[in-house]
Amino acid sequence: MAVATETPAAPPVAPEEAGEPARALPGWTRTLAVTTLRSLVPVVLALLAGAVLLLILGRSPVRFYSDVFRYGIQMNNWQNSAVLMAPLLLMAAALVVVFRANIWNLGYDAQYLLGAVFVVGYGPWMFAHWPTPVADVVLFLIAGTAGAIWTIVPALLRAYFGTNEIITTLMMSFIGIDVANILVKGPFQDPTVTIPQTKTIPYADMLPNIPGTRIHVGFLVAIGVVLVLHYLLTRTSFGLRLKVFGENPKAARHVGIDVRRLIVTSFLWSGFLIGLSAAVDILGLWSYVRANWNPSYGNTVIPFVFLARLNLLAVIPFVAFYAVLSTGGDLATQAVSLPTDFLLVIVALILLFMAVIEFLGRRRALGQSYLTKGLKDALRQPLFRRRKST
Amino acid sequence: MTVTESDAPAVELVGISKSFPGVLANDDVHFSVRRGEVHCLLGENGAGKSTLISILSGMQRPDSGSILVDGAPVRIRSPRDALSIGIGTVYQHSTLIPALTVLENLMLGESRRLLLDKGRARRRMGEIASMLGVEVDPDSRTGDLALGRQQQVEIASALWKGSRVLVLDEPTSMLTPQGVEELEKVLVHLKEQGTAIIFITHKLHEALAVSDRITVLRRGRTVGTISEEEIRSSDDSQIRARIVTLMFGDEAADLSDAAELQTSIEEVEALGARHVPPAAADDAEPVLELRSVTAPGDGLEPGVVDVSLTVRAGQVLGVAGIDGNGQRALAEVIAGQRRARSGTIELFGASVNRLGVSARQKLGLRYVTDDRLGEGIVRNLSVSLNLLLKRIGEPPFWRGGRIDGRRVGSTATALVGEYDIRTPTIATRAGTLSGGNIQKLLLARELSLDPKLVVFNKPTYGLDLRTTENVREIVRRLASAGAGAVLISTDLDELLELAGEIAVLSMGRIVGTVENGPDAAERIGALMIGDTGAPGAVA
Repeated sequence: MAVATETPAAPPVAPEEAGEPARALPGWTRTLAVTTLRSLVPVVLALLAGAVLLLILGRSPVRFYSDVFRYGIQMNNWQNSAVLMAPLLLMAAALVVVFRANIWNLGYDAQYLLGAVFVVGYGPWMFAHWPTPVADVVLFLIAGTAGAIWTIVPALLRAYFGTNEIITTLMMSFIGIDVANILVKGPFQDPTVTIPQTKTIPYADMLPNIPGTRIHVGFLVAIGVVLVLHYLLTRTSFGLRLKVFGENPKAARHVGIDVRRLIVTSFLWSGFLIGLSAAVDILGLWSYVRANWNPSYGNTVIPFVFLARLNLLAVIPFVAFYAVLSTGGDLATQAVSLPTDFLLVIVALILLFMAVIEFLGRRRALGQSYLTKGLKDALRQPLFRRRKST
Repeated sequence: MTVTESDAPAVELVGISKSFPGVLANDDVHFSVRRGEVHCLLGENGAGKSTLISILSGMQRPDSGSILVDGAPVRIRSPRDALSIGIGTVYQHSTLIPALTVLENLMLGESRRLLLDKGRARRRMGEIASMLGVEVDPDSRTGDLALGRQQQVEIASALWKGSRVLVLDEPTSMLTPQGVEELEKVLVHLKEQGTAIIFITHKLHEALAVSDRITVLRRGRTVGTISEEEIRSSDDSQIRARIVTLMFGDEAADLSDAAELQTSIEEVEALGARHVPPAAADDAEPVLELRSVTAPGDGLEPGVVDVSLTVRAGQVLGVAGIDGNGQRALAEVIAGQRRARSGTIELFGASVNRLGVSARQKLGLRYVTDDRLGEGIVRNLSVSLNLLLKRIGEPPFWRGGRIDGRRVGSTATALVGEYDIRTPTIATRAGTLSGGNIQKLLLARELSLDPKLVVFNKPTYGLDLRTTENVREIVRRLASAGAGAVLISTDLDELLELAGEIAVLSMGRIVGTVENGPDAAERIGALMIGDTGAPGAVA
């Protein structure tokens, strides 16, 4: 009857039955092991598949991979790999910032090239007039700003009108690449040469090397940025807001996150880091920009960013792996007389296997068998019996 | 439909068992339904109803046991098999694709032919609509329809291939009293045409209203069936007592909350002897005041139009209405998730029109959303972070932008205990919790740390009896502690139980406000129907 509710009823909570106290993550190590395994297996499988491909092409996989190892690591060649890592790490950091928010900034080529062009455009004058460290810092900022500015249009369109940023960043990328080329051939053209390229930053003004190595300090800058950013993304409110938005935009709105500001902020950060990656690369390695030059670091780094599951600490070894593969592979492919595009085949294979492993892992996590039912039936029944039955 | 000579049940489940890791979901279950019969399957959440249904509909395969259709054993390996046998299922959660039109959604179940035959589909839809006695525009976008309308589309979709058996999984949980009545009419129609209906619910009065037979499941086993003769011959209270014993078992009497549970059931059922919650004293301080607030809706769903209402401290203001009449817009415009186009919203006497969600929250406003999975939680984040999701960046949980893991952990542990959230650890992903526990998580998040005004949007929708009673108790305690509450619900019984005053929302307007009292239900019903064109419309 109604009596029970008139008196303040006993609280509906039985404290004895309450949730267990937080235990110190029992499956933590296991999760880590599984994740690591799931990230490494695609790489290993891709290398094996690459070996099979080499065999089919009549090349020796043993020779190829040992060449990759020799030219990528041995005899101080690891230092070249480390130099390549610098821009790749910053590019990866830039992508992680947006991907964590489930925003696709695919305009990295333009953002990189614009940053690069402004560095070589203003660099020579600044180094001539200002002390080198000041010029370096200012050039870093200019490059970062150039990259960030190129994200503003897609960022605002996405934040205020929900326009798909995949399309807008790609469009802006086409425009930006051409703008960069116009700058190279126009205002920043080196008047002393006939080929379309910018002035060259004097060797003495390039970023100094880490003492005792041929690795420029840009590598340390990149590692530092990655570490700081990792901390920002995992330990601060900004990182959590980004993640909440990335996982569930409706929840972000519900809990009162300023979604528009978040979108614009992460875009700007991403563009800035890409510009920074260009500055480090130009001031550390290239020293000038030719027209139609485009290293397209973003494309090569994307698979590894996902293999690392958007975790910046895990990004470092993967980028190192790619740097070695790329540095050593340049010569190794020549040695077996294959085009360097073969390296892209390996990267593509990694992506392919990653998708397969992810699919299987997900089925496993759902408690299903590794193989789909149709596939199992197909394997179980020999071909001729299947024919008869149908 | 031709009635065949055989007396075998339309569908019979014999000795079905199904286990999942760590759970025996179905344990030797026997169940059958005859042509032209409504057989009700009752049981608490987790009793194994859903598993049984997913076996029948081909989503799961039983570990053992067999399924007979018209006395002949069949193997149901996929939903397609089930549909081609003529077993259609309407699930508790929508399976429609919002971006497609009604017709397109219905045609998803079509055969694998290359070309779509829209003309035929239109005719079939007409047939089914007349069979159900409803009217749905085949070309409207499904996502724009109200939930009740969507359910009719789901029923049509389940009957698309044939109408041997219709399985309804808690079909009334999103319907208004009128909607339930309409559904009952639809069921009678279908019965007459020989369709066998399996009706799953945990609401007793519904079970009694519609079913010819009732079977109770508990912990995966069939614990008893009440036959048609029994339902006809004995009176309601006897059957109720019998069902409650079956559902909760004899040992339920030992549980401290069993008595409370039983009274609550009777209380909800027996509308006459209800305790009427007190209306707020007129001199109490108003905590929320809406003056002629207008806000846009989503798609075809109405927003709110010229809404004025006042909530005073210690008062629970109910908002009744048929689903899809602007409830969400009202809740969101108060919470700050939706901007008001005109009018003023005042919290504690100060206008908050220009304030966003988090600023309003800091003033003591809380919103328990009805879209629990969609916007309430972030599935891939831990329970502890979900508990503090609305306080990101705020001290003491974040200091200088940095998370204080220990503080977050201890607060989360305390909340998990206080609100009895059943979770393995606080680090568990929130998406793995059951529906009831997710709602408890949301309540814990919203009601912790001094709420002054709470907007509840359908707070007990889809929850089992025990959790429902917990939630209602929380609302009661909140009001008695002096906070204000806006309780938006489509469950009239719930409003009559908790709210002192009930405003009726229709097409985004408040069409009237009713003091809770003996004839409140009738007056609210009249107001609800008023705008739908029935005689005696209220201006």
